[in-house]
Amino acid sequence: MKKKEIIVEKFLLVCTLITVFTSAAIIGILLYQTVYFFSEVSVWEFFTNTKWTPLYYVKNYGVLPLLAGTFLTTVISLLVSVPLGLTIAIYLSEYAPKRFREMVKPSLEILSAIPTIVYGFFALTFVTPLLQNIFPQMAGFNALSPGIVMGIMILPLVSSLSEDALHAVPRSLREASLAMGATRFQTSFRVVIPAAFSGIAVSVILAISRAVGETMIVAIAAGQQPQFTLNPFVPIKTATTYIVEVFSGDIEHDTVEYRTIFAVGMTLFVFTFILNNISYFLKKRFQTNL
Amino acid sequence: MSQKIEVKNANVYYGMEHALINVSMNIKANTVTALIGPSGCGKSTFLRLFNRMNDLIENCRVEGQILVDGQDIYNPKVNVNELRKSIGMVFQKPNPFPKSIYENVAYGLKVNGIKDKRLIEEKVEQSLKQAALWDEVKDKLKKSALALSGGQQQRLCIARALAVSPSVLLMDEPASALDPISTMKIEELIFNLKSSYTILIVTHNMQQATRTSDKTAFFYMGELVEYDDTRTLFTNPKFERTQNYITGRFG
Ligand SMILES: Nc1ncnc2c1ncn2[C@@H]1O[C@H](COP(=O)(O)OP(=O)(O)O)[C@@H](O)[C@H]1O
Ligand SMILES: [Mg+2]
Repeated sequence: MKKKEIIVEKFLLVCTLITVFTSAAIIGILLYQTVYFFSEVSVWEFFTNTKWTPLYYVKNYGVLPLLAGTFLTTVISLLVSVPLGLTIAIYLSEYAPKRFREMVKPSLEILSAIPTIVYGFFALTFVTPLLQNIFPQMAGFNALSPGIVMGIMILPLVSSLSEDALHAVPRSLREASLAMGATRFQTSFRVVIPAAFSGIAVSVILAISRAVGETMIVAIAAGQQPQFTLNPFVPIKTATTYIVEVFSGDIEHDTVEYRTIFAVGMTLFVFTFILNNISYFLKKRFQTNL
Repeated sequence: MSQKIEVKNANVYYGMEHALINVSMNIKANTVTALIGPSGCGKSTFLRLFNRMNDLIENCRVEGQILVDGQDIYNPKVNVNELRKSIGMVFQKPNPFPKSIYENVAYGLKVNGIKDKRLIEEKVEQSLKQAALWDEVKDKLKKSALALSGGQQQRLCIARALAVSPSVLLMDEPASALDPISTMKIEELIFNLKSSYTILIVTHNMQQATRTSDKTAFFYMGELVEYDDTRTLFTNPKFERTQNYITGRFG
């Protein structure tokens, strides 16, 4: 028995070390290649040039168009997923009968089990033509359609995590509010939601991380043109799409062109890293507040 | 003196469980009534009849008549939110909102549409004074209510309930989670509030019942066994069951 436990313990330790090592290695390589990249392209150019053409004859290394593309699709997806997700969460947690809630929650989560490539083609072949009926000026590839579809994809993430946060608010707070003559609506909006605020914020931050990192849907439906624009009707390119493109292309390794993906990857990493830390901080605050 | 509260043949069911059986009771205004009895005998269920908090429980059913100021509060025409405004409640565990001290007390006024800031400030001060908490918190009204001690939190909850000017105060074991000194403060408070409110208090503490109440009701297995002047009930109970309970012969 004793011996078995030692083996299990060692095994778990090795697993942990592998994880830590892998993360460290990824960050190490990313960092190394990024520093290398910035020895050839200035940081200033990278963050201020508004053209991104590293694979063309005239090379421009301005990451802004990619960031604009990522920003645009992310914002659109949040405009869909956050209001809708919160509404669903509030309804399920505060209004719906228990049985309904237990039925709807898992069925919503099916949405996130659908492969993203299916969402991508759904955006390109169904949502885009639909939107073109409303906005005739819209191009076949655009930010709006994949943004909306991405919003649908991350909807369950927002609704499920927010619902958990609302559900974790003690019943006694609701009772206190109702016992003072507050309506259910007032109780939800003045007591329960503020009490669950950090938990809800965490769900939104995770949604942002997810949207920023999403690749397949935008690669299929948003086009492949890095444009420094916030126009949702024209083709754009996001940071992740660019990375995939370079990987799948036949660009020689050990060139500046190739190292661009590490610089772009690093930019994304820093951004999501900051978001994760904010969410970690909020989560801790949420737990101590209850 | 006319009756503030009249309960006529009240029955409460949770699904198949008959939690309160044919209870009738009259309560005069500006008195303190203690509800005693072993755990699960229906004290909380009885207390929650008066502000219709049992409505929130999905399979709960109420029968019988409950009159407050002569009005049947279970009449379908009754606005439950209005009713709950006039019947305040303090819970077993202090449950302040995770907001500032000021916001906690102002809450009831705000949800009732009062916007006049001066009026709210006055009412907050007055309620905190009534709850004997003002001196301890007057310099930190903007601080979180969660930073207060358990006893202070409970007095804050009392202030919060008083702010909407109820005429009845329901207290469900308000001191059971508190230390002796905080408990004493709550008891003093109850004594002082009696002149303006009709108070019903559930308690497991016999001394507390004798110290604070005018009348005592002993419940057992969902039935009201005995209801009398507190002194009579504790010195000269009519039923053996009451006798056994108050002398601590069973839980
Ligand atoms: N929400 C509920 N659902 C089902 N049964 C309940 C509920 N609340 C109380 N009961 C039952 O009703 C009876 C009386 O409970 P309660 O009024 O809480 O007793 P007390 O406050 O005297 O301890 C108990 O048997 C309890 O199990
Ligand atoms: Mg109880």
